[in-house]
Amino acid sequence: MYDLVIIGAGPAGITAAVYAARKRLNFLVVSKDIGGQTAWSGDVENYTGYQFITGPELAAKFEEHMRRYKVEVREGEGALEVNTADGVIRVRTDKNGEYETMTLIIASGKFSREMGVPGESQFKNKGLTYCATCDGPLFGGKDVAVIGGGNSALDAALQMMKIAKRIYIVNNTASLGGDAVMREKVEKSSMVTVMNDAQVAAVVGDRMVTGIKVKRAGKEALMPVQGIFVEIGLVPNSDFSKDVAKNQRKEIIVNGRNETNIPGIFAAGDVTDVPEKQIIIAAGEGSKAALAAFKYLNQMR
Amino acid sequence: MAKKVTVYSTPTCPFCIRAKQFLKESNIQFNDIDVSTNSDKADEMIKKSGQMGVPVLEIDSTIIVGFDKEKIKQELGI
Repeated sequence: MYDLVIIGAGPAGITAAVYAARKRLNFLVVSKDIGGQTAWSGDVENYTGYQFITGPELAAKFEEHMRRYKVEVREGEGALEVNTADGVIRVRTDKNGEYETMTLIIASGKFSREMGVPGESQFKNKGLTYCATCDGPLFGGKDVAVIGGGNSALDAALQMMKIAKRIYIVNNTASLGGDAVMREKVEKSSMVTVMNDAQVAAVVGDRMVTGIKVKRAGKEALMPVQGIFVEIGLVPNSDFSKDVAKNQRKEIIVNGRNETNIPGIFAAGDVTDVPEKQIIIAAGEGSKAALAAFKYLNQMR
Repeated sequence: MAKKVTVYSTPTCPFCIRAKQFLKESNIQFNDIDVSTNSDKADEMIKKSGQMGVPVLEIDSTIIVGFDKEKIKQELGI
């Protein structure tokens, strides 16, 4: 039986692991990936101490810090189910792992929201991607569509302005959101066509994406594009924890001490209802959760 | 004889970084192809893997899409 299991290894999970290691807890980290969304970020200029660092570099620093301690990490393993009985928390994973623990920190973050339209899953990685930073360079000289109207959509469009031939932004609201600085750059570019009040109806193609069906003012039009970048926000990775209370957005509800409604289960970072989703906030929340779990364990003993 | 390993990747993709890190830690020599600067190689990767996501690993003639650690280990016999 572990003192603590941490689900997730983004800034929240890794910081929790560093604190737990320093408290000499007997613990395990289970995570699908290392670095979480930080690893997918472009440039980071607001993490104190680093005036400028790229997302992958910061994620590598996080990991290096965690590995300084002999931390047991199960990478590539995702939680499937969490349940509690007689004060013991059980975590079941997609690699047939079953771990018993006194306390749990859920720091599983968020993942990209899908559009839920025909053709989306069929053409995933066949022209359709949720990571412009990763796959963008493969679309050199091609016509592409960016779906969304917030900062991540603008960021994808800005990245693709250096790579693609034409960029269509398909936005389902009346005007683009996001930061003014980015919006102006995108709107000024002659490469970019912004389509507001537009909905994606379907993704079409043969072996790879060949186009996208867009509904606008009651009419549906087929636009030939070879690439589609879906940037319509994120959803919390919280489905595996059925009994933990969540808000309407499926974010786990925590109090100031990162406690959930279930004794012994804590949560931290983007998977929670903490206001503002930032790397530095997730890291801070991770440390709070680990300290709270440590105090809880002391009270139980 | 050691298997021939090729990694098709972009410099900005986290799973590419992980995959290459894993190969280095396992002392596996590999040919690193940056498809963001080489469109011929990008086309080659798409043709071989039938998709456009990175990383793609080619171990002898076996294609592995994504950083699938278990499959990579199995293919390399490590």
